[in-house]
Amino acid sequence: MREIIWLIPLIPLLSSVILMLGSGNFPRLLIGLLGVGSVGSAALLTLALGLDFMSNPEVFQMTLWTWMKVGSFAPGVAFYFDGLTLVMMSVITGVGFLIHLFSTEFMEEDVSYARYFAYLNMFVAAMLVLVMADNLLLLYLGWEGVGVCSYLLVGFWYQNSANGRAARKAFVVTRIGDTAMALGLLLLFTELGTLNIQSMVGVANESWQVGDTLPLIACLLLLGGAVGKSAQLPLHTWLPDAMAGPTPVSALIHAATMVTAGVYLVARTHGLFLLAPTAMMAVAIIGITTSLMAAFTALMQSDIKRILAYSTISQIGYMFLALGVGAWTAGIFHLMTHAFFKALLFLGSGAIIHCLHHEHNIFKMGGLRRKMPVTFWSFMIGSAALAALPMTSGFFSKDQILLEAYQFPGIGPWLWLGGLCGALLTAIYSFRLVFVVFFGQAKTEPDKDTGWRMALPLSVLCGLSLVGGYFIIPVESVFPPVTGEHPAYWVEYVSISVPLVGLLLAYLIFHSGQLRVAGLVNSSIGKIMYQFWLSGWGIDWLYDRLFVRPYYALANLLKAEPVDGVYGLVVTVNETLNNWLSQSQTGRMRWYITSMVAGLIVLLAVALQLSPETL
Amino acid sequence: MDGLNIPLNHVLLVSSLLFVIGLLGLMIRRNIIFILMSLEVMLNAAALAFVGAGAHWGQPDGQVVFMLILTVAAAEVAVGLGLVLQIQRRFKTLDMDHANRMGG
Repeated sequence: MREIIWLIPLIPLLSSVILMLGSGNFPRLLIGLLGVGSVGSAALLTLALGLDFMSNPEVFQMTLWTWMKVGSFAPGVAFYFDGLTLVMMSVITGVGFLIHLFSTEFMEEDVSYARYFAYLNMFVAAMLVLVMADNLLLLYLGWEGVGVCSYLLVGFWYQNSANGRAARKAFVVTRIGDTAMALGLLLLFTELGTLNIQSMVGVANESWQVGDTLPLIACLLLLGGAVGKSAQLPLHTWLPDAMAGPTPVSALIHAATMVTAGVYLVARTHGLFLLAPTAMMAVAIIGITTSLMAAFTALMQSDIKRILAYSTISQIGYMFLALGVGAWTAGIFHLMTHAFFKALLFLGSGAIIHCLHHEHNIFKMGGLRRKMPVTFWSFMIGSAALAALPMTSGFFSKDQILLEAYQFPGIGPWLWLGGLCGALLTAIYSFRLVFVVFFGQAKTEPDKDTGWRMALPLSVLCGLSLVGGYFIIPVESVFPPVTGEHPAYWVEYVSISVPLVGLLLAYLIFHSGQLRVAGLVNSSIGKIMYQFWLSGWGIDWLYDRLFVRPYYALANLLKAEPVDGVYGLVVTVNETLNNWLSQSQTGRMRWYITSMVAGLIVLLAVALQLSPETL
Repeated sequence: MDGLNIPLNHVLLVSSLLFVIGLLGLMIRRNIIFILMSLEVMLNAAALAFVGAGAHWGQPDGQVVFMLILTVAAAEVAVGLGLVLQIQRRFKTLDMDHANRMGG
């Protein structure tokens, strides 16, 4: 049964290749069937594999062939299958299938229908390779594969140059992290002699002590890759711009799967991170800082997709926090629930954008509750789960993260407090979105409602967002068991009540209007803070000044080739002299004679000066 | 030769003057006939210096060289006049500034 595992990434890859070779000449129905069907069958195979795993939870390893063999360096194209892989594969193929189905309606009128599904299928294949790889090199292949697909899909509507810029930004910024990760891979291989994740962790535990420098450096380099891919501080700036792509792409790549690859990487190599407590501390601090920063920014945005993008950054911050405090299971659990409700929210926003003539500004929407009921309920459930209201899926995962953060020795309570602030902000901004878009006065009339291909994925994801919290993910054998006592009950009560307070605040401010914040916003400090948060803490501005402009200036400088200029100078001098001399050749006898006489006089004068005794 | 003892310096001075006059004529004049004439003046200035020097040292060599210069000058005039004819035929002028087709 387990031997069919290699089919799962192969089917979407084959479909992608067929769609590419067809170069858009297939009928639309066939394209849709290929695109959705391939991911659907991968999802079915994953389901079968999952059922098999439930009855017989054994780790499974399969080598297809040796990729290359250079001395002791022989990475295989090999898959490793355990509970963590199963969770990731289920999310990728399951949520991926729903998003593919949604796309058939969303992209219905697009001319590049086949190209879209070719890229999307290729993405699914690359992402599956990433999570199934048993060595870091194959993982890196998938890692770069998803990066390329992300680039292609962000810049999918390439006729608009702004989209191309956004795609380049996404590619270049993640590349910074990827370079760090590649260095980490090289370091791990030279130090440990293998890239196979399981044996690598084994060797590391034998040859390294907890707190050594080498594991710290290796973990920080891997973390660099994770930070770039998962859009955490300081490499998060690409994600809000990546919203230039089609909305289902944002749902699949920039919310549910690819951006959580960093979380997966850290979780997968947790054996190394346990050897470097400082690196884990860095993970936790990056997570909580990013989470708060992005939550404040999300509160100020007016573009529906940017709100969700910053919210994604913020939620991945929670996952990093969980990883940093050693709550591996909670982190992966939040990854899964987040994939459900964030895909739901993105698809919901896609439905709104689709039906509202590509309107992105939430203040131009309003009153959509009655006109788009399916979308309204999707958003209600998605926002409730995002805000972690009790009994939704987000509640279980976020609550677990906060509790385990509280138990973290040392700065634990502070991390918990930061997480609570983030949760409060999350509740406010997610329900601000709901109240502004779905209640109040209608400002733009939708010209259609969602069809079944949009409604079905939304409904299924609604269900998953509601009950996802009751799933038990089979990772207890992957991660070390959680130690520590359950904290006092008041901690839990506070964690539960904070999102409710946020919901109440959002209601009072954005719906009933009983709490007036206009005065606060319009005060001078309020305006400054508004601008500051709206621009994402000015980080884009800072990077623009710090890196982009100096780079452009340098490029402009080098465009003139200053080094060649030195050699060019010799040429120029020679040419100038040559010009002068050739101009002196006028063909006029008198000029020649005069020159000769002048030269003679000079020579004589010099000769006399040098040896006056000859006179 | 007695009583006509001109100091060598004077001879050389006259010779130099003649040479400079010829040189200036060479540089200033545009008509090729006059250029040839200036050349003759310069040649003769040199010849005068040889004769003066020969007289001063009491050597015959100066006069020998003078004979040589005289011959060269005659040959030069013959060739030069031939060139003048050719230039007149080609350019329809004797102005050397117009005969500048060798310009770079």
